[in-house]
Amino acid sequence: MTTTTTKSSQSTKTSDGHTYTPVDGRLLEVDDLHVEFHTQDGVARAINGVNMYLDQGETLAVLGESGSGKSVTAQAIMGILDMPPAKIPKGSIRYCGQDLLTMPEEQRRKTRGPEISMVFQDALSSLNPVFPVGWQIAEMFRKHRGMNRSDSLERAVKLMQRVQIPAAKERVKAYPHQFSGGMRQRIMIAMAIALDPAVLIADEPTTALDVTVQAQIMGLLQELQEERQMGLILITHDLGVVADVADRITVMYAGRIMERAEVFELYRQPAHPYTKGLLESIPRLDQKGQQLAAIGGLPPNLMRIPPGCEFNPRCRYAQDVCRTDRPALREVAPGRESACHFAEEVLHG
Amino acid sequence: MAEPILTATDLVKHYPIKGGVLRRTVGHVKAVDGVSFELLKGETLGIVGESGCGKSTLGRLLMRLEEPTSGTVVFDGIDMYAQRGRAMRKLRRDIQIVFQDPYTSLNPRKTVGDIIGEPFEIHPDVVPKKGRRKTVQDLLDLVGLNPEHINRYPHQFSGGQRQRIGIARGIALNPKVLICDEPVSALDVSVQAQVVNLMEKLQDELGLSYVFIAHDLSVVRHISDRVAVMYLGKMAELGEEDEIYERPTHPYTQALLSAVPVPDPTLRDKKEQIVLQGDVPSPANPPSGCRFHTRCFKAQDICSVEVPELVLRPDGAGQHLSACHFAEPRVIVETVDVSDQQPDDIDLGLRDVSDLDEPSFERVGDGTQDG
Repeated sequence: MTTTTTKSSQSTKTSDGHTYTPVDGRLLEVDDLHVEFHTQDGVARAINGVNMYLDQGETLAVLGESGSGKSVTAQAIMGILDMPPAKIPKGSIRYCGQDLLTMPEEQRRKTRGPEISMVFQDALSSLNPVFPVGWQIAEMFRKHRGMNRSDSLERAVKLMQRVQIPAAKERVKAYPHQFSGGMRQRIMIAMAIALDPAVLIADEPTTALDVTVQAQIMGLLQELQEERQMGLILITHDLGVVADVADRITVMYAGRIMERAEVFELYRQPAHPYTKGLLESIPRLDQKGQQLAAIGGLPPNLMRIPPGCEFNPRCRYAQDVCRTDRPALREVAPGRESACHFAEEVLHG
Repeated sequence: MAEPILTATDLVKHYPIKGGVLRRTVGHVKAVDGVSFELLKGETLGIVGESGCGKSTLGRLLMRLEEPTSGTVVFDGIDMYAQRGRAMRKLRRDIQIVFQDPYTSLNPRKTVGDIIGEPFEIHPDVVPKKGRRKTVQDLLDLVGLNPEHINRYPHQFSGGQRQRIGIARGIALNPKVLICDEPVSALDVSVQAQVVNLMEKLQDELGLSYVFIAHDLSVVRHISDRVAVMYLGKMAELGEEDEIYERPTHPYTQALLSAVPVPDPTLRDKKEQIVLQGDVPSPANPPSGCRFHTRCFKAQDICSVEVPELVLRPDGAGQHLSACHFAEPRVIVETVDVSDQQPDDIDLGLRDVSDLDEPSFERVGDGTQDG
């Protein structure tokens, strides 16, 4: 099961037989994305102008807390936002050059699964409890590839073996509740990679799991990515997991990107006060005598995002300008972007 | 060395499994299966383990929210499970608990004043009726909340603020021991540090002893003086913080430590990772002998037959308690001592500075794990 990886605008043929054509190696490009939720209490602006891209074979980590908009971004890319209440007033999401947002629904459905696929946090509620897991994995082949029952089930068994589910042949008829949390997450991963997608989005894939199982699942994801040269978007709040697997990091806060950098650079010297604060506030396993510097306060209500910089009420660098002018995401050093008026001070100070 | 305030001996808690038409007992979930330890005055004892290892049940036993199947807990010279009625109620003042989920552990129909003041209704002689409101306001102030918010309801507070309220309720009766069951795991990363720092401050000021139950090994290392590692209802290893983290001798502890991702990408390839196979077995049918032998990379024939005792075993520098036939020290994480390179003007977040007039976020943080 190897994919023939090619540079620039050449097509890539997957083991499944379908092809996709990244533009200059670029799979996904999100441009000025806005998402808002219209509720009874008002409009919650969940995403306010997000730009990001994903290249073939790389891992992009999207880091943020609850309400930062990281999951909503993923759902917008997947096209699984409930609209209404959600609305995308502005922006584009291009996959291999084609805008997903303006695409007819029929065509978009054909990308969802074979091209872009997703692993969710909570495997138990993402799997259907009344169908055997094998049937659910096989559904991908039945719906998208028009396979019959027995062929598709055979493929499902192979996938279950690939994600290292022991005794896959016997367990293909078992129901989700008969599996442990880690095994259920493996089943979710099997479904997500079934059609050999070019992009895999993993939304907090290990948050509900124990640490020894988390290590297994992250190892599996990395292995699969390497084997298939997928672009992986890893959405998480865990700075430890990110440090282990990511190539690039996008830090989100209140629906905007605060900082973007290559992983080693970001951990060595953050360029945004929020990132810096996060890194200083987490206890580290390999340190003793550490003082935790807390970030005071809490993230803003998305219906009342403060004027100026979103982070200013909690920021120790905040000046008057931060309360009035929203800083744009700008390049502050080669390959490094930060949305802070005082990014240089944070970076070098 | 400080003297013990609480001593648990051979604590066992088995839950019956009922089955069949007659609802007969067909087996037992061995949640806690022979746990002994001492909690010293003023210390923090961390208890770590994966889900299903019995750490929460142990916390509930220490609170006597559950009656044990067997075993004893002696608190300050008093046998806790032998107490009845008034004597037990008096004892309860001294051992209090802070729960994991700040969203379900506070009654939504009561004001914060009622919630924190409720312990005084049950133990009226602690604070006279007249002084209660003032006492509650002092408590709010102590945990860093605005005392004027005494009439607000839980939904008007964020997760971190609610956890502060839970802590205020926990310390209302001036307990000697506070059981903290995953107190920060439901909170967002940026708020976790506020609550951890607050708990450390309160411990210093009030001389509390903590039993700190958590699955996050980094948080436990930060806050604990001694650490116990549990696996399937038993203690695998117990020792000082640096003994467990720098010189672990039990293969399970070593595997756990190696699985924790450290927020430093430069350690990516330097870190040795011990990947355990499979999941934790069911506590209803734990493996024979050493319970870890089914997943252990060191297991030999003896491990499936003979239960290893939790006894002092050499760890390279000294010795500490470990329950492995083949215990030997192995460095998993290279520890850096940073105690002398901390800036002085650090913000510990002891006071809550959120703007309370903003309705807060109605969501549980992403960090939640254990049920």
